[in-house]
Amino acid sequence: MKIRSGIKTKVTGLLKKLALPLAISLAANPLAQADEVNSTGLAVTEDTVKVGILHSVTGTMAISETGSVQAEKLAIEQINAMGGVLGRKIEYVQEDGASDWPTFAEKSKKLLVNDKVAAVFGCWTSASRKAVLPVFEQYNGMLYYPTFYEGLEQSPNVIYTGQEATQQILAGIDWVVKNKGAKKFFLLGSDYIWPRTSNKIARKHIQKLGLKVVGEEYYPLGHTQFNSVINKIKLKKPDVIYAIVVGGSNVAFYKQLKAAGIDMTKEKPLVLTISVTEDEILGIGGENIEGAYAAMKYFQSIENQNNESFVSAFKKRWGDDIVIGDVTQAAYLGPWLWKAAVEKAGSFDIDKVRAASPGIELTTAPEGYVRIHENHHLWSKTRIGHAQADGQYDIVYETKELMEPNPFPKGYQ
Amino acid sequence: MFAEYSASELTAIFAMQGFAGLILFSVLVLMALGLAIIFGQMGVINMAHGEFMILGAYITYLTSNVFAEYLPSLFVGYFFVAMILAFGVTFLLGMAVEWGLIRFLYKRPLDTLLATWGLSLILQQLYRTIFGAREVGVSLPDWMMGSYALTDIIEVPINGIFVMILTLVIALGVYWLMYKSGWGRQVRAVVQNRPMASAVGINTEKVDRVTFGLGCGIAGIAGSAFTMIGSTGPTSGQLYIVDTFLVVVFGGAQSLLGTIASAFSISQAQSTMEFFLSGSMAKVLTLLFVVGILMLRPQGLFAMKIRH
Amino acid sequence: MMHSLKQIFPRHDLIAFAILAAILAIVFPLTMDIFRLNLVGKYLTYAFVALGLVLCWGYGGILSLGQGIFFGLGGYCMAMFLKLEASSPENTAIQSTPGIPDFMDWNQLTELPWFWEPFHSLPFTLFAVIAVPTVFAFFIGVAMFKRRVGGVYFAIITQAIAAILTILIIGQQGFTGGVNGITDLRTFLGWDIRTDSAKYLLYFVNLVLLFICLVIAQCVRKNKLGRILVAMRVREERVRFSGYDVSNFKIFVFCLGALFSALGGAMFTLQVGFMSPTFVGIVPSIEMVILCAVGGRLSILGAIYGALLVNFAKTSFSETFPELWLFAMGALFISVVLFFPNGLASLYQEYVLPWIKARFKPRVKTKPEAKVESKAKPQPELSEATDDSANLPAGARYEN
Repeated sequence: MKIRSGIKTKVTGLLKKLALPLAISLAANPLAQADEVNSTGLAVTEDTVKVGILHSVTGTMAISETGSVQAEKLAIEQINAMGGVLGRKIEYVQEDGASDWPTFAEKSKKLLVNDKVAAVFGCWTSASRKAVLPVFEQYNGMLYYPTFYEGLEQSPNVIYTGQEATQQILAGIDWVVKNKGAKKFFLLGSDYIWPRTSNKIARKHIQKLGLKVVGEEYYPLGHTQFNSVINKIKLKKPDVIYAIVVGGSNVAFYKQLKAAGIDMTKEKPLVLTISVTEDEILGIGGENIEGAYAAMKYFQSIENQNNESFVSAFKKRWGDDIVIGDVTQAAYLGPWLWKAAVEKAGSFDIDKVRAASPGIELTTAPEGYVRIHENHHLWSKTRIGHAQADGQYDIVYETKELMEPNPFPKGYQ
Repeated sequence: MFAEYSASELTAIFAMQGFAGLILFSVLVLMALGLAIIFGQMGVINMAHGEFMILGAYITYLTSNVFAEYLPSLFVGYFFVAMILAFGVTFLLGMAVEWGLIRFLYKRPLDTLLATWGLSLILQQLYRTIFGAREVGVSLPDWMMGSYALTDIIEVPINGIFVMILTLVIALGVYWLMYKSGWGRQVRAVVQNRPMASAVGINTEKVDRVTFGLGCGIAGIAGSAFTMIGSTGPTSGQLYIVDTFLVVVFGGAQSLLGTIASAFSISQAQSTMEFFLSGSMAKVLTLLFVVGILMLRPQGLFAMKIRH
Repeated sequence: MMHSLKQIFPRHDLIAFAILAAILAIVFPLTMDIFRLNLVGKYLTYAFVALGLVLCWGYGGILSLGQGIFFGLGGYCMAMFLKLEASSPENTAIQSTPGIPDFMDWNQLTELPWFWEPFHSLPFTLFAVIAVPTVFAFFIGVAMFKRRVGGVYFAIITQAIAAILTILIIGQQGFTGGVNGITDLRTFLGWDIRTDSAKYLLYFVNLVLLFICLVIAQCVRKNKLGRILVAMRVREERVRFSGYDVSNFKIFVFCLGALFSALGGAMFTLQVGFMSPTFVGIVPSIEMVILCAVGGRLSILGAIYGALLVNFAKTSFSETFPELWLFAMGALFISVVLFFPNGLASLYQEYVLPWIKARFKPRVKTKPEAKVESKAKPQPELSEATDDSANLPAGARYEN
């Protein structure tokens, strides 16, 4: 499914046009130009390589993106401690997207054009990714994008280290149907593309299973009053509340749900979410969401050797009381996947790294094992977590096989 | 639309929606009262109102941590201490802001808007630096998070009742302060005719400072109470600002009774529409309804004639 | 009512225009690479809004906190045209319905909504960029000013309208692209707008439009209209009693401000390559006001300098100290309001201009206007009143 090949040729054409200014800027650094690991003039010297980190550290999204920045920095530090990539230490340039999509576009251009970074780890919301995507395609950069998202996209310039919608949704719904005998679903979300697309996939899947969706509701981002929808839920008596509420609304929704007498530990109805990671529970408060289920690929409580050392390294670096959510772990994978691809390609050149990427596997991933699919998404397992009062999830289920990423799911559109 | 429900369910719908509307009403009144005092009585547009509320929430968070650490036996009652502290801190900060910033701008109301917007940016970043960019979870004593079941379907959230009682107490308190106490008489005198009030010996500067502080203090209490129903993060305050201003303007800026009436009509409109429409459309229609009425009746629901 | 050119452009204004033109058209393109120049181009699209605000707020006393609405509407109109061009059936062959924008396909739309159809045509688009925001502003203006809604109320109502529009755009994502906005715009009549040469050209197109707006603003300012606006701001009742219909002037200047903003929005879309609902919201609208306040709410050139300066500061600050930026921005708001209510322009007029005049006395003719101004200086209250309001009776300068 090569959708962007037309653009790629345009991009290379453009690169040729850019060759002259590039050559001038490289004159200052003749070594790098001669270097066979870097034939396109990236910021690579004999012993360093520059990468970019692009997240919001100010504005409304800083709440969510902080964890990703920390994870990416940790991974880079660990890689450097192991001797770097192709013998070069990684230096990062950090830019602030300021929760503002045009700023993301501007900063990504700065990273690619001025700093000539070899890779960018960044973005969180779909809107910020959509804003930087044309920039990455035009200047041929490589973006490692950590968030679970709605799919419907596959760019040669992006590696999606989080799950796309079907990976997260199908396993979760199958599990509640099979193990909890769920028959009636109430879909609820914040009003933007990710919840709407995800609920669309969920609805199709629920209908395929011959079951019923009894309600579907969306509230504006930042909405804080959920009493009316909670009343509707009580009347419709669904077996499952499928909630994709995000940001500040999350906190309001779960607190009000609990206060309205819906005891999630009784599972009548059961709450299944794909938007609440351990990071969000910090704001909601463990006691307010105890008993809910979440379907995603990573929980801090996964028991394996990789995760143990990851969690302890993370806490050592950023403080003991910190929590690690799904996106944080996915962000941590970015630098490691990039390192593996660079080493496989034997070069920092974007085109070579891209060509080397599919098939790259990571056996040291905290979530266990991941592999890059042809479509630039990751093969990964999906797990169901059961929220506990201490703010952690107990893992009650994990898929046997790796779920295949399918950003353009047939029959779900 | 109602065909799928039985009669008893219908009764329950109306009862629960009515109650949801009442909770929303209390929330709006609590948000708007502080602003109504500052905006209505002093003509100052305080865009940092949301940030004062979040300061109250952060104070509550700190208090809960202190109680959990040192006085776990008294944790059940910490919330009352937190509210008093929240009021005290925001009241003092409000007075400081009045002294350092607002008092220079009384003749330029639109400029207070810009200056307090700047203040809100500074406060947001300050919260981010001190408390971190992530939201903090305020743990509440168990008795506040439960609900009381009236029938099978109708359940009354305790925190909703708590907010309603709190709103009632504060509204009565403000009413007493503004209309029954000597200080309130001074405030109203200053609002109606500043030079004359000054001439009869009222210390107008002090009245201004305390009034502003009081408005901020009420915002602090509101913020403290909202930890029960909403989020506490550096930018959470911005969620409230448009709604709050609309409530005050819709009610007619100079009238506290107007603020209450407008909170009532907005909350009823919104919660009714939310039940029949999707959440987003209900919000749009509510805002349109308010803007539409304001265009027809720019002075708001309750206008008070005063001399300038 | 023909005014001679000299009346509209007195000599020192002409020099100031020329200096600005030289900086923007010669100095910047020669000293900056295309990346930075493109950024300047982006900043200058905000200058359109700031310019409109100088007329509305500085002169007319109408503070709109919803200028982002018009910036967004102009930008969306342009973006719809570009998006349709980018979604030709060949480019979108992979979709279930080829030939419609990608986000519509994701939202199960199977045909183009009716209001998108006309945006296939460039003339219609250009017309819409100008007409849609202006007509919208006209309706808001008629509804508000005819009923004498003003000041703070107007500011808050425009803010609410901005909030409504944002929720609508985000909620109706099948038709508008939702929170992502309209992205991935590529060509303008087949001409790739992402190339460096296109960016140079767009920068200069932007500049020409900006100067056209500046000249219009200057005409308004120097015209009778400008004086009526100031008079209205200072003492609305007296203007009304003198037989003028105040609301018509307000509606006109508000529409003009909306028009400027819309042009800025359209140029933003062309230069940056996408449009998103974040511009329609409250925060950008207030930031636009601060651009105008920093430059000087009474100075049309100040608005341009303000837009450039604040955004330069924003970019360089946030590259080095992202956390400090918000503190700096907050402090800027407060200090401009407290210490320089007339912004950079007042610094120029109080310190730089007298200095220049003292140096080059023989060459600069002392004008009667300037005398009035220098007399007015010692009283801070009167710093609100520049040469324009100097024509008013002294009492009218009070109570603003």
